[in-house]
Amino acid sequence: MAKAKFDVPELTEYVDVPAIAEGAMAHLSPFVAKPENNTDLGFPGELVDDWHDKTLEKLNDLRKRYRSLQVYLDACVKCGSCTDKCHYFLGTADPKNMPVARQDLLRKVYRRYFTFAGKYFPKLVGAEDLTRETLDEWYSYYHQCSQCRRCSVFCPYGIDTAEISMAAREILDSIGYGQKYCNEIIAKVYKIGNNLGLPKGALADTLEGLEEDVEEETGIAVKFPLDVKGADILLITPSADFFAEPHVDGLIGYGKVLHEAGVSWTLSSYASEAANFGMFIGSYENMRRVSRRIRKVALDLGVKRIVFGECGHAWRVAYSFLNTLAGPFDFLDPDYPVPQHIMEFTWDQIQKGNLNIDKSANDDMTLTFHDSCNVARATRMGDKPGGQIEIPRNVIKAVCNNYVDMHHETIGEKTFCCGGGGGLLTDDLMEIRVKGALPRMTALKNVMEEEGVTHMAAICAICKSQFTKVLPYFGMDMDQIVCVHQLVSNAIILTGQKTEDDAQEGEEAQEAEA
Amino acid sequence: MSFFFAMLFYVAALILVLGLARKIFQYAWTPAPLKIPTTPAPVTRSGVVLRLFREVVFFESLFKSTKWTWIFGWMFHMGLFLVLLRHLRYFVDPAWVPTWVWLPIELIQPFGIYAGFAMVVGLIGLFLRRIFVDRVRYISAPSDYLWLILLFFIGFSGLMMQFVSHTDIVMVKQYFTGLLTYSQGELPVDFPLIVHLLLVAVLMILFPFSKLLHVPGIFFSPSRNQVDNPREKRHIARWAKALDKQETN
Ligand code: HEM
Ligand code: HEM
Ligand code: SF4
Ligand code: SF4
Repeated sequence: MAKAKFDVPELTEYVDVPAIAEGAMAHLSPFVAKPENNTDLGFPGELVDDWHDKTLEKLNDLRKRYRSLQVYLDACVKCGSCTDKCHYFLGTADPKNMPVARQDLLRKVYRRYFTFAGKYFPKLVGAEDLTRETLDEWYSYYHQCSQCRRCSVFCPYGIDTAEISMAAREILDSIGYGQKYCNEIIAKVYKIGNNLGLPKGALADTLEGLEEDVEEETGIAVKFPLDVKGADILLITPSADFFAEPHVDGLIGYGKVLHEAGVSWTLSSYASEAANFGMFIGSYENMRRVSRRIRKVALDLGVKRIVFGECGHAWRVAYSFLNTLAGPFDFLDPDYPVPQHIMEFTWDQIQKGNLNIDKSANDDMTLTFHDSCNVARATRMGDKPGGQIEIPRNVIKAVCNNYVDMHHETIGEKTFCCGGGGGLLTDDLMEIRVKGALPRMTALKNVMEEEGVTHMAAICAICKSQFTKVLPYFGMDMDQIVCVHQLVSNAIILTGQKTEDDAQEGEEAQEAEA
Repeated sequence: MSFFFAMLFYVAALILVLGLARKIFQYAWTPAPLKIPTTPAPVTRSGVVLRLFREVVFFESLFKSTKWTWIFGWMFHMGLFLVLLRHLRYFVDPAWVPTWVWLPIELIQPFGIYAGFAMVVGLIGLFLRRIFVDRVRYISAPSDYLWLILLFFIGFSGLMMQFVSHTDIVMVKQYFTGLLTYSQGELPVDFPLIVHLLLVAVLMILFPFSKLLHVPGIFFSPSRNQVDNPREKRHIARWAKALDKQETN
């Protein structure tokens, strides 16, 4: 068990909806950005003197630019449907972590200054003055929201607290009250090209190392090309894939699939990051600036297709926003969707029978799958609604013999966030990360005990990092989290590859065909 | 008295219509810069119409969530809907509209009677939930209780008229159809009717300034009304286009 300065919630059979405990998480706020972190992104370095007016100005500006914000601020009827849907509320019992109460932190100010009822009858409608304390409260609770959209599924009007959180963070940034973690990372992308700050040289070394590893293991020279002009496919993947465990095993998986598919592909050092934290801070401009790096590289390298690696919010920005932010992509091959998810690519290859698969390679595991919130509730894969939920499962089932789903209320569109999304994946927020993981950990523990599940697969760099950190708090093992493409990698027999036991080969090929 | 109510209802109707029009215009005019449907979402326009239909008629998302709120909320709204249809007879002279429009309204009249009860029972259920569930109590402002109380007394006074102290329906009808043609009639002076009408006027006046904006809001909610086709079709807002123009890299 990892040591914790706070009480780690105990896992029981069900996650009971807790009785509210006011102020339970009021003490927690992430580190504030250093001035240069803010200015790099075009925000004031420190809290501006006229923050009061500037806050209202920005709120007014945003509600005129975002229909979502304007409608959501007005439409909530306080029905309470969302109150027990947030993993952070379930894990902390702090009522301000109930989605509607989180929205109300902003809504009460909106009402006070921008609505008739709030201007003249503030008490009646719960409108409140904007004070310095309000800002601190926003800073605290809008950084206890992973923008996972679970609340939006259950709200009768689809009110999405993520949109409110993004707006609040944008307001805070605009007055110089930014969050260190997100802003520092975005600046790294601008300066170096990825969240981790891996320069081109280091990247090239890593990829070379991977090529050696794969060749050593399989005897086949699988390439991991970088900055290759004229390649067909540009692969954009979260930078964690370049070195962190288990992420890197996923990257090896993509490489093997692309190799077997016989396509020419490349990574880019300039756009060596799929993640786009511009979304977390609600800044259209920053999100756009990060996205346009991909457009630039696609043009410079002259690729025909863009494929994204395993990452949740990155796939949201890619699938839902990239065309808007950095389009139109009329210079790419119109026969393929832009962008495409590696899962769509692999599933397509599996269906075409281009991959030689030995499912038994994963027989030491019984798997379950964690739907990443952004993938499940904000994107699609394939042509049909829900493909984002089915296709990863199809891929897993095609490469593994043992697969079980977690409780149906905790997967698919109702999936629980890992607890570390939305710009919360930082050590200064460890308490909320651990507590917010409670519903997912409970569901996992149940399938481990009832169905003998040993490992949980994920398709998001943040989920993977978060679980690696958080599993030990709940008495589980950090290695229990795996990438989907790691499973694919295990099972693929590359063309020309000699398997360990040649005698078995015939048998396995038969199995793969069956 | 009749004159006072005539003025009151003209003003109330004006505020309701103009207030709602202003809000609807605002929602329609405000751009939605990004595609944010809550997925899995329909990939066609007609799919979206169906999704909204299910939300408006069945409260689909609420149903997924909490059955008690759903039951009471749905009873209240369906009751309200039928009651309002039944009320059309006070405002519309059958001679004004074609039979095929009027006939269905005529047919539901008998059900309208029970609908009034459904509405009131639903409201009581919602009120109790608001008081007894600690989470819902926490998020409630005074106005949230007052709305339920207001609607309850509208319903209660209506039911009083129907079952306890009848009012002269024919006179009410003459009076309100008269208002529509700007010819002043006489209103029967009954306590329940006066209460009923006063509260209804309050409802109409407050509607566009309150959470009752959920009615237009649901149709404008991007997470529900957008088609899931961002890869196929470029979606771009006016102000975002301006950014594209500024620099083209
Ligand atoms: C398009 C039509 C409408 C739709 C789809 C709709 C939908 C909803 C939904 C889903 C709720 C939340 C569940 C609940 O508490 O009942 C709600 C609440 C509410 N609605 Fe509506 N509604 C509509 C029209 C109206 C109208 C015309 C009124 C009033 C005259 C109204 C008054 C209310 C009130 C007061 C609440 C809050 C109930 C509470 O306090 O729990 N609604 N509505
Ligand atoms: C100017 C508008 C309105 C007028 C003139 C009006 C008039 C009346 C009258 C005369 C009755 C008695 C019916 C009978 O004895 O059979 C009644 C009943 C009722 N009213 Fe209204 N009303 C109005 C608006 C409303 C509104 C907006 C609501 C709901 C929010 C409402 C809810 C009811 C209910 C629940 C009943 C009892 C059930 C029924 O008869 O359908 N009324 N109303
Ligand atoms: S978006 Fe997710 S984290 Fe944020 S309030 Fe809703 S359920 Fe909670
Ligand atoms: S479910 Fe929607 S309408 Fe109901 S309280 Fe939550 S945000 Fe408000």
